[in-house]
Amino acid sequence: MNWFLDILRSSIGKKLMMAVTGLGFCGFITAHLAGNLFIYNGKEAFNLYAERLHSLGPVITALELGLLFFAVIHVLTGVTLFYQNIMARPVRYVVNKSAGGRSIGSRTMPYSGVILLVFVVLHLLDFHFVDKTGTTIYKLVETTFAVSWYALFYVFAVIVVAIHVSHGLWSAFQTIGANHPKYMPVIKTAGIIFSISIGIGFGFIPIYILIFT
Amino acid sequence: MTKTINLTLKVWRQKGPEHKGHLETYRADHISTDMSFLEMIDIVNDNLTLDGDDPIAFDHDCREGICGMCGTVVNGRAHGPEKETTLCQLHMRHFSDGDTIVIEPWRSRAFKIIKDLVVDRSALDKIIAAGGYISVNTGGAPDGNSILIPQDIAELAMDAAACIGCGACVASCPNASAMLFIGAKISQLALLPQGKPEAAGRALSMVREMDRLGFGNCTNEKECEAECPKEISITNIARMNREYFKAGYFFSKK
Repeated sequence: MNWFLDILRSSIGKKLMMAVTGLGFCGFITAHLAGNLFIYNGKEAFNLYAERLHSLGPVITALELGLLFFAVIHVLTGVTLFYQNIMARPVRYVVNKSAGGRSIGSRTMPYSGVILLVFVVLHLLDFHFVDKTGTTIYKLVETTFAVSWYALFYVFAVIVVAIHVSHGLWSAFQTIGANHPKYMPVIKTAGIIFSISIGIGFGFIPIYILIFT
Repeated sequence: MTKTINLTLKVWRQKGPEHKGHLETYRADHISTDMSFLEMIDIVNDNLTLDGDDPIAFDHDCREGICGMCGTVVNGRAHGPEKETTLCQLHMRHFSDGDTIVIEPWRSRAFKIIKDLVVDRSALDKIIAAGGYISVNTGGAPDGNSILIPQDIAELAMDAAACIGCGACVASCPNASAMLFIGAKISQLALLPQGKPEAAGRALSMVREMDRLGFGNCTNEKECEAECPKEISITNIARMNREYFKAGYFFSKK
């Protein structure tokens, strides 16, 4: 199986790992958003959704472990690529100017990635690794977002997710080789719509909570 | 009546690969706007020579935009600010009187500076030597139309083959990656029947060589496509990735 890892260790292989794990996260975040949308339907709907989700038991644990595995690969590969790319140009240009290829997303990928890692850890500490006895998930959300600086940080982090995904989604398709003259424009548009949906869908949760409590 | 402009140049001067370089300021006065960028440097060099100074070393050959020899980074842009243009085809009419122009060499770990603006791009040749060719016995020319190639495929291969190997993709890539170059070279052969028999081995060995030489990794910034004087498309990078995965995971040789 050495050949298998050799291919993954190459420059293009590392890109492939970033793309596949990144697409995995896009899938996760879609499901996560779909679930969270229940909050806009009121307290009971949201709590019921959480209850039903957790009743899946081992399926959820398996998916969580899968996500953790993907996260380890995505972060380690990302850090390696970032380091190698800096080393590839030891003497930098005095004047840097874009020819128009770069976007705000592509420019900031490693930095938005670091912010997201910090956010994900905090987010898990707040909502996952927390004592949930005697409380409901809705109450937890309510008390967490009652802290205004945290609500602001959450909205900021969600915008960062949207920016990261705005480059990440089409880029993943390009990397796995799925660049087709008929489908690429659709993929790019879908990427923008997807990232805006993520930004609005998650970003309005704290605002919604603020207004309705 | 020819219009002339006066410019201030800040040019990267470096005696040799092991020396430290720095930006040196020069005046370029009474430059005709009809001149090419290289002709402008020629004038500056004439004056430097007359003054007994060392002229600025820069690469150039055909001065027709087809050989891939010239190229420097002008005000942060590879081959200057014009689209689909090599440095020799960039004309001084695109600059204004009083402009300051910063001229730097291609920057990449894989491209060592030989002198001033001249860089060693033999890394690109090494990648070609690793597999960017087809192995055929020479002999009589085959009959026309004995191998049928659809016109649209021929066009795609030709678009990839337009690459002149100037290195602007590496220079303009924020990560100093050479993937547009290798993507074009793999594509021009993989698309055609003559290149297909060796496509898998070629993809593996060219990518391996690229990694060994210390180029950066593509992050799909698309700067290469925007700066390429031949407008090579990043669809060639996607094709290279496909060829590489196909070869890596389904080709029986290791």
